[in-house]
Amino acid sequence: MCYDLIVVGGGPAGLAAANSAYEKGLRNILIVERDKELGGILNQCIHNGFGLHRFKEELTGPEYAHRFIEMLKDTSVQVMCDTMVLAVTENKEVHVINTEKGYQVLQAKAVILSMGCRERTRGAIAIPGARPAGVFTAGSAQRYLNMEGYMVGKRVVILGSGDIGLIMARRMTLEGAKVLACVEVMPYSGGLMRNIVQCLQDYDIPLYLSHTVTDIQQKDGRLSHVTVSKVDESRNPIPGTEMEFDCDTLLLSVGLIPENELTRGAGIRMDSRTNGAVVFENMETSIPGVFACGNVVHVHDLVDYVSQESEKAGAAAADFVLNPKENESALQLQNGFGVSYTVPQQVRISRIEKNLEVFFRVRQVFGQSVIEAKDGENLICSFKREYMTPGEMQQIRLPRVMLDKVHGNAVTISVKEA
Amino acid sequence: MKELVCIVCPKGCRLRVDEENGYQVSGNSCLRGAEYGKNEILNPTRVLTSTVKLEGGLYRRCPVKTSAAVPKGKLFDIIQALNTVTLTAPVSVGQVVLKNVCGTGADVIATKDL
Repeated sequence: MCYDLIVVGGGPAGLAAANSAYEKGLRNILIVERDKELGGILNQCIHNGFGLHRFKEELTGPEYAHRFIEMLKDTSVQVMCDTMVLAVTENKEVHVINTEKGYQVLQAKAVILSMGCRERTRGAIAIPGARPAGVFTAGSAQRYLNMEGYMVGKRVVILGSGDIGLIMARRMTLEGAKVLACVEVMPYSGGLMRNIVQCLQDYDIPLYLSHTVTDIQQKDGRLSHVTVSKVDESRNPIPGTEMEFDCDTLLLSVGLIPENELTRGAGIRMDSRTNGAVVFENMETSIPGVFACGNVVHVHDLVDYVSQESEKAGAAAADFVLNPKENESALQLQNGFGVSYTVPQQVRISRIEKNLEVFFRVRQVFGQSVIEAKDGENLICSFKREYMTPGEMQQIRLPRVMLDKVHGNAVTISVKEA
Repeated sequence: MKELVCIVCPKGCRLRVDEENGYQVSGNSCLRGAEYGKNEILNPTRVLTSTVKLEGGLYRRCPVKTSAAVPKGKLFDIIQALNTVTLTAPVSVGQVVLKNVCGTGADVIATKDL
């Protein structure tokens, strides 16, 4: 038995990809999900703010997932939950294991990798001090609180001002905890401005920019104090600036890492800037017929964009199975000044219908500025922006008609301050 | 003149609200931003999301939200009211958990099938 398409991961990326592949004509599709239900991380993101772009209304995480799960009900897409994928091979075998059927090797004509990302932990950022209970990643605390029904602490300090940390500051406060501070090592927040306002300012929680946690102390095995210090421009703690916080819990919101063990295991070419696969304009990886989408490719800040990108991958997987094409040479997208990465990294111009959508992040905060796409010294297009921060993903659309005029084999995306 | 960051969408427009001129809003890029700016000065409201106790379901908590934005000052009262609720599975999206919660006119509704 051979599936047309196996989708690895049933979170927002996998759901949108499977729906889109079905819409484009594939019928024999399987989603493999390791949790007990579909929806992925959205199930624990009970706050609202999802779907403003996609559905033009403000949904909670579970409601956003519900919309996509409902769409699947009218299709022949099969779902295997509580099942772990152990390996994906170059010839599109998917090795899976679950308690019901044991170890199975499933064959597919195309594979979509949509495994999402994982949180960086205390180990990844090497905080000195004791190693007591009470140190959690913000996402695991979120799951405990919102799904499993455990309150993780009473007096809380949050390290990192990414969106999950900000959301958890509000959530812990509403559930009766005292959030003493949100501490950010960078001089700007990694989260969305709206979350600073509605999660910190609404509840008078102080945000310490250019600060970090420099010591963790414990009493009887539980966190008792953290020390917070100011950092200099090269992010080194400044002696004499220490502040002590009397708290029992430290939540870490210090970044996300795409979960790419399967991708690497398959021998797919990776991008060290995104920690995800190098992808073409249709989200195809270096193995023809294997696609990747969502946070496993690069970390997004809005699920709406994950859905958009994943629908593209789903449609492309259907096209791969139903209308096989010859491979052709690709244009490279390079990052110039101020740009830290682009997705896609490679473009086959003939496969673009009208516009090439490019996602990227900037390296630093920019005020009024211009994003430029250049073929050597020739300007292809430019886009004005009022304000850009590394915390907010940027999106531009390059028209096919402009890309057709490119002479070289690379296009550079860069930022110029206005 | 009051300066605010709009929280209606992730764009985060920087608004200026003129309290002396009929709460005129500038800096917004859509109509919802203008409405937000005015309300935020006169009667700030938020949609509240939280969870309630669930029995017989896949998990021990069921996520819920208020069906409309409620006055900021009532958020903790609503949380108190939610602490008294226990749902029994099955629960479906949109199911009313508490009607007219704390006299706000908004209902608390479930946001997940469980």
